[in-house]
Amino acid sequence: MISLTRVVHQAVAIAFSLLGIAGIYFLLEAEFVAVTQLLVYSGGITILMIFGIMMTKHDAVDESRHKGQKIFAFVVVAGFFVLMFMGIQSMNIQGEPAAFSQQNNVLEIGKAMFTQHVIPFELTSVLLLVAMVGAIILAKKEAD
Amino acid sequence: MSVPLASYLLVALILFCIGLYGALSKRNAVIVLLSLELMLNAVNINFVAFAKYGVLANLTGQIFSLFSITLAAAEAAIGVAILISLYRNRTTVNVDDMDLLKR
Repeated sequence: MISLTRVVHQAVAIAFSLLGIAGIYFLLEAEFVAVTQLLVYSGGITILMIFGIMMTKHDAVDESRHKGQKIFAFVVVAGFFVLMFMGIQSMNIQGEPAAFSQQNNVLEIGKAMFTQHVIPFELTSVLLLVAMVGAIILAKKEAD
Repeated sequence: MSVPLASYLLVALILFCIGLYGALSKRNAVIVLLSLELMLNAVNINFVAFAKYGVLANLTGQIFSLFSITLAAAEAAIGVAILISLYRNRTTVNVDDMDLLKR
């Protein structure tokens, strides 16, 4: 995605990456999260970003910032990668993996969400309402 | 032989680093937002991987990743709304041109 030049090509590349991530969730036996990822991310957010690209100037080629900033960013990111890679290699997790294939994934998520996590659930609904109202107000044309 | 936990974490780390590099080095603000979404996706992969393979593996990781997906969607919507209203005033989405706070 980073090496493509046109902005719309980058958006298409991200759409396929998000589909691949949904495949990873299916491998991890998290079916509900995988379908949510397909609906929200590769369905909703990709289209939202393409709207954003089309409503702003998109015909120009996406130039990156000049060389010094790019090299500095690359060095920082490479250093972070090496650090975290060493951390992952030195990790040693005991314990057996969860047996998700024996359970009905949506049923278990529903049970846990509405008993143990019901407060974040309700707060998220309020937050979504506020975000929707805020986005509409921000993007509205100002009345003269 | 099942896929070990470190492979999933490594995939998440690579995606995170790609998103981080994109957010730091791109000029179009929409692409910066897309790179932020990629970073959030990498974190979600971590959550779901630890839900299956971690210490005390249970379902809480998946539930947290659901909340993370929700919040990322809300933030993307607000980000695009801000971008559109900014474009309406200055007709540019170049991050280098948004420097009103600079001396």
